[in-house]
Amino acid sequence: MTFDLSSLTVSGIREGLIARDFSAVELAESAYARIDAVETDVHAFNSLSRDLALDAARAVDAVVADGGELPRLAGVPVAFKDNMNLVGTMTTCSSRILEGYRSVYDCTAVRRMLDAGAVPIGKCNMDEFAFGSSTENSAFGPTRNPWDLERVPGGSSGGSAAAVAAGEAVLSLGSDTGGSIRQPGALTGTVGMKPTYGRVSRYGCVAFASSLDQIGPFSKTVEECAQTMNVICGKDSMDATSLERPAEDFTLGIRDGVKGLRVGIMQDLVDIEGCDPRVRQSTLDTAELLAGLGAEVGATNVPATQYGLPAYYILGPAEASSNLARFDGIRYGHRAADVEDVLDLYLRSRAEGFGPEAIRRIMIGTFALSAGYYDAYYGQAQKVRTLIANDFERAFADFDVLLTPTSPTTAFKIGEKAANPVSMYLSDVYTIPVNLAGICAVSVPCGTVEGLPVGLQIIGTHFAEATVLRAAYAVEQASGFDSVSPLVRGLADKRGTTVS
Amino acid sequence: MAMLARLGLTDEQVAALGSELNDILARVDEIAALDLSGVEPTAHSIPVTNVTRPDVVRPCLSRESALLNAPAQQDGAFLIPKFGA
Repeated sequence: MTFDLSSLTVSGIREGLIARDFSAVELAESAYARIDAVETDVHAFNSLSRDLALDAARAVDAVVADGGELPRLAGVPVAFKDNMNLVGTMTTCSSRILEGYRSVYDCTAVRRMLDAGAVPIGKCNMDEFAFGSSTENSAFGPTRNPWDLERVPGGSSGGSAAAVAAGEAVLSLGSDTGGSIRQPGALTGTVGMKPTYGRVSRYGCVAFASSLDQIGPFSKTVEECAQTMNVICGKDSMDATSLERPAEDFTLGIRDGVKGLRVGIMQDLVDIEGCDPRVRQSTLDTAELLAGLGAEVGATNVPATQYGLPAYYILGPAEASSNLARFDGIRYGHRAADVEDVLDLYLRSRAEGFGPEAIRRIMIGTFALSAGYYDAYYGQAQKVRTLIANDFERAFADFDVLLTPTSPTTAFKIGEKAANPVSMYLSDVYTIPVNLAGICAVSVPCGTVEGLPVGLQIIGTHFAEATVLRAAYAVEQASGFDSVSPLVRGLADKRGTTVS
Repeated sequence: MAMLARLGLTDEQVAALGSELNDILARVDEIAALDLSGVEPTAHSIPVTNVTRPDVVRPCLSRESALLNAPAQQDGAFLIPKFGA
């Protein structure tokens, strides 16, 4: 028997396992049944890990049979972005240069999910090396949005977002360097969080821009986001940037409401040209909703964020050009045939293996770091970063959380922005400043425009995840957003069953 | 620049990238023009430097694992072509 994972939550799965309404193996089979039904259309996955999933599910069922204590994510079908290593799977970063690469160790965040009893369904499609905002830059073809198959799911973690929105997994992990969790969260009607820099170990996640990258969860609900954060956060000796913090239960207090919470609308960002007026209105309406619940809502400006995009498009590519130097065809990855010597091997393996956007970013980064330009570009961008961090700090003296739209538009059509890199880059204008400052933010669905989800970005200062999640929970409850995507609803209608 | 990045691009690729990169650099030039003398650079956002751990031997990747994805190998080592003449 199979079940509709779209209607199950982490807590519901736990209760159902204990009540023996279903087994973990049945849940895993349900995920694969859904994948069989929708994956031709959606293409959320690069590869499936059925053997690992069934082994993990059987282990959970054995604990249930013994009447043992279930770990926190017992039996929950989960998916991982294809830049996170897991032994027994390929890790390709959706790049030809890593096609067929077999993981030889586990990513810490992935390992923590599995140690908590989660069941690994597969690895999700992404923009190549996380370079993009639509998942169109995958060497293995685009992912489609379960809300409208003609449209992108956002990116770069578009596969992870689509897998949850299509009910192919209950939770997933993505990585966010400039918005790559929050923007696809917004475009697919899912909850996506970028934790504070240092909260989650990046060990085993293929690096894009090391001073910005952070792993975080996708889920259908805010509570599940908090439950996943409880599992993946914490110091790891294998990532020198992960920080020692007291253990925190992010689910505590999420229902405490927003009475007295100081909420600042980032007016200058909300008003930028290029933001769909209906997305803007949805943001303002949601702020109004929070005011109605007792929040003290005001407007503020974080002026230096106007330089976020240009600073990011120096820092990100500069760090990426350095991180991607390791893909040289020597130890792993694509190696060109019939090479003359080592230099020829480097030049041809890299040119053959990297896709167009990876090449573009490596070139920008190499330029920004090159002699004579370093100070004017890279050095200057690092100083802009200081300004942005300082401006945020000033704003957080007056406000507990800040609001912007997550993305200036709803999901755009496949191909619509592909020809123009600069217009694609603009889709992360709201999310990038958060990475530059290293603070935390969540995207929570707050409404729809023409049937497509709109995400609200709620930003908190360093380590303010609990406050951000409390505000997000209030938005989720008050907005009445229905997270069931049309694709999932169509399947339910076909079966003649209802989806709650 | 392509040689510096170790990318063996064709003339057509170089030409196309030239104009694309100019577009992108035009967008970032606005910060190159800012007067930021007196502003300290931020390398990353958390106050952590020089993280160390005790210098003790720990298990690491086995030779077999390290070579698992090697495009070419021989006698337990990565095999590469000769260096340039």
